[in-house]
Amino acid sequence: MWRTAKVVSLRNETTTARTITFEVPDWPGHLAGQHVDVRLTAADGYTAVRSYSIASAPSSDAHIEITVERLPNGEVSPYLTEELVVDDRVELRGPIGGWFVWRTQQAEPVQLIAGGSGIVPLMAMIRSRASAGSNAPFRLLYSVSEPAAVFYRDELRAVSDHDHSVGLTYTYTRVAPEDWPRVPGRIDPTLIASATWPSQHSATCYVCGPTSFVETAARLLTGSGYSPDKIRTERFGPTGDRQ
Amino acid sequence: MSIISRGFSGRRSGADVKLPPGQYLTTDFPVLSAGPTPHVSLDRWELTIDDGTKVLRRWDWKSFRDLPVETFTVDLHCVTRWSKLGTRWEGVSLDTILADVESDASYALAHSYGDYTTNLPLKDLMNRKAWIAFRFNGEDLAPEHGGPARLLVPHLYLWKSAKWVRGITLIHEDQPGFWEQLGYHNYGDPWREQRHWGD
Repeated sequence: MWRTAKVVSLRNETTTARTITFEVPDWPGHLAGQHVDVRLTAADGYTAVRSYSIASAPSSDAHIEITVERLPNGEVSPYLTEELVVDDRVELRGPIGGWFVWRTQQAEPVQLIAGGSGIVPLMAMIRSRASAGSNAPFRLLYSVSEPAAVFYRDELRAVSDHDHSVGLTYTYTRVAPEDWPRVPGRIDPTLIASATWPSQHSATCYVCGPTSFVETAARLLTGSGYSPDKIRTERFGPTGDRQ
Repeated sequence: MSIISRGFSGRRSGADVKLPPGQYLTTDFPVLSAGPTPHVSLDRWELTIDDGTKVLRRWDWKSFRDLPVETFTVDLHCVTRWSKLGTRWEGVSLDTILADVESDASYALAHSYGDYTTNLPLKDLMNRKAWIAFRFNGEDLAPEHGGPARLLVPHLYLWKSAKWVRGITLIHEDQPGFWEQLGYHNYGDPWREQRHWGD
């Protein structure tokens, strides 16, 4: 069923990405990692639907957040990132997805690996861990093109400063901050070895990002000894079908 | 009843293309997989048909490739809402695969390298509706798209077309596969928009 959602706040994450908070009065609740379908309807009845990962932790206050990256030739993302204003209404369906989820009763170590806007469902897991008071040890490896492309920067810093069981490692593919120890480039075995749980910790891994990034990360993890059944992936293609 | 999205006009395809409800057209080939891509070497690859207790037929890569090959062009519809039209494949028809198999089963459970499973009625694999495909657009099928060989059942949503297929179990009682246990529709007809449980 489609639910009417009212926009209650908007926040720019980067120059091309925006977080939208919706109020959904009859929202049934969700798990960290799930996504939602968003439907837009034109005046003549034409509709377009896209899926977006939910960024917010499960809560009972009938609010959910998504973060949308604007795609240059997108049909829906330019509207959501540029046209939408507070008090507008769109339709939502969900939550959707039962595999790429983290449940608060999971106590084992967790390895999160994000490529670009693939951070969104992983942020929901970090937020879910905090709001549930979970002690599950988390590590996040977050790959971005450049420092200005980071989503949720201040919140991630606060989480990793105040709670040492969330380890945070950034890596940059195109431009790194000054004095950054690693030359910008794709993730590689050395980085995986230094920034992720050794495989003997039997961490559950969640990898989300563009297809090529996820393929590389998953291959590096299995190459470093991870069992494939510990690695859950969510990919979005060159069309950005998810993000 | 839909609510109108103020200022939204959308981008319609100019061509008179008929897509299943809720789908949009793409010319890319996005990837949706639950885990790492298995890399299966051809000298260890095999395909089996079994009845849950015993193997009824078995092919290694060489004997599989000795089977008659069909070239076919089909439309693909993914539950994540993209559709890709007119894709060209080469593969072996399931009619060929199942030709000498004696069974009164009504359902099939496809299983893959990497332990993925998906279920479907056996009749949806018959009568030129399904293939074990190993070439796409004139090239060997890439691992991320299911190579060396994948099931292709284009009249159902694409998660039914198990990548890295290694066998098909013929069963009397239907049993849900991987995504079917996790909220996806048991049958998955795109034209009836059977995406999730309850659709």
